[in-house]
Parts: sequence; C-alpha cells; structure tokens
Amino acid sequence: MARDDVSGGPSAPDETAILARLRAGENAAFEELIRDHGPRMLAVARRFLPVEEDARDAVQEAFVSAFRSIERFEGQSRISTWLHRIVVNAALMKLRSRRRKPEQSIEDLLPGFLENGHMERPASPWRKTGTDELERAELGTLLREKIQELPDGHRNVLLLRDIEGLDTEETARLMGISTGAVKTRLHRARQALRGLLEPVLQEGTP
Amino acid sequence: MNCREFVDFLMEYLDGQLDASQAAIFQEHMRDCPPCEVYLDTYQETVRLGKCICEPDGSMPDDVPEELVQAILAARKAG
Repeated sequence: MARDDVSGGPSAPDETAILARLRAGENAAFEELIRDHGPRMLAVARRFLPVEEDARDAVQEAFVSAFRSIERFEGQSRISTWLHRIVVNAALMKLRSRRRKPEQSIEDLLPGFLENGHMERPASPWRKTGTDELERAELGTLLREKIQELPDGHRNVLLLRDIEGLDTEETARLMGISTGAVKTRLHRARQALRGLLEPVLQEGTP
Repeated sequence: MNCREFVDFLMEYLDGQLDASQAAIFQEHMRDCPPCEVYLDTYQETVRLGKCICEPDGSMPDDVPEELVQAILAARKAG
C-alpha cells in the first residue's frame, strides 16, 4: 500500500464534500481535484517518465480513469492515495508502450568481488550531504539522473518500493513478477544506484 | 562470511529477516571488515537519499501546467 503521506492533498473531512460533488458531476469539482492533486501526480509521473510529454499524458490518462471510476471509489483510502495508485499504474502502462532502448546490464553496475570474496574496490565513506537548500536541489537532480541510468526492470522496482512507498506484494502485482523477484531486483537496484552515486558523493569530492 | 556474502545478505539483515545466529555472523564480519561497514552505511544513505526526492521540496511542481488542466477537462467531456 502506498504511504498516505506521499500524496498530501486535502484532509479527510473535506473529502466527503468533494466526493459528493464529483459524483454529482459538478464541473468545478473536477477542476478542483486536478489543481489540488495534479502537482503531486505530475511529480510521480515524471519520476517514471523523463520525457515531459509522456508524463503529462500519464497524468491525463490517470485523471480520466479516476473520473470514470469515481462511483466505484469506496472512500476506504484517501483520495490522494487512490489517485497515487492510478497515476503509478498509468505511468507503468505508458512505459510499456514505449520502444525499449538497449540498456546497460545491471551486472555491470554491481560491485565486483575477488576470488577470495573480498571487494575488488573497497567502498569509500561519503561526505555529508543536503546541508543547504541549493545542495538538496542539486542532489535531487543528481539522483533522478542516476536512477534513470538503471535498467528499466530494476529502476521501476526501486521507484515503486523506495520512492513511491508501495509494498513488495503490490509492486509484484503491478510489475507482473514474483515477490522474490521484487526483493532481488530492489537489492540489486539499490547496489547499482549506490555504485553510480559513489564517485560523486565520496569524501574528497566537491 | 566473506564480503560477497555480506553484500548478498545486506537487505535481509536491514529488514530484520536474518535469524539471531545469522545476524550475529553478519555483525561479526562487519566489525572485522571496515569496507563492509562503509558499504552498509552508504547503501542505507542511498535508500535515504532516494526517499528524499519525493519530499515536497524535492521535485514537486507548484501547480499543474494550465494546458494540462484544460486538456484533462476536455478529455473528460469528450469521454
């Protein structure tokens, strides 16, 4: 299940009112929903789809899908959580429709080991990060770039589990793979991302 | 336990999925092997930094582009 705090949005008491207005087909309520929840949905879509047009398409498809199924939304979760799930699904569908480009093997991004089991290149300590707003913004850009370098199947598992906060079972269902494969891919994706960040973040780098 | 095994079992250790004897072996290796301790620290830092990018000041736009709002409303009416 997605973390509720991922999605923000209006508090629970307001949701009863807007749900009633949406179900009544009130145009202003649909626009309000888009303006309230759209920014976070666009941020989610952009994490999966770096091409802006694709991200916007996914958000549009997600809202249209949500509007169609508003009658079936039972209100057991917050609207923000429900919309979060829908936009993640829309982004994954959009990704699947894209032609896959040749990508680096995850094996190339994992740590190497000597025959005796020691690391080929011992890990180096990292400097402190995120001490000011500018550095946090730069770090965010760096992370998004490095996450995009991961192979699709591993990147999507990392995004779903570590960034979007879905659990292993939900990730497995959305990806169409076993829970065991989710765990393996997540661990490998984290190792690969760690390796991609190391040259930039190790002590002594600016 | 060697460094390769340490890295293989790292996520299970952090998730609390190793039993007490396995966890003790894991911790013993970490005490004796500073690079593996660093590896664990930086692996955790990688996960922490990843989570940071979805915080409000990470990558969230202030609002939705107006043309997207209008496109969604038009798609709703058309659909």
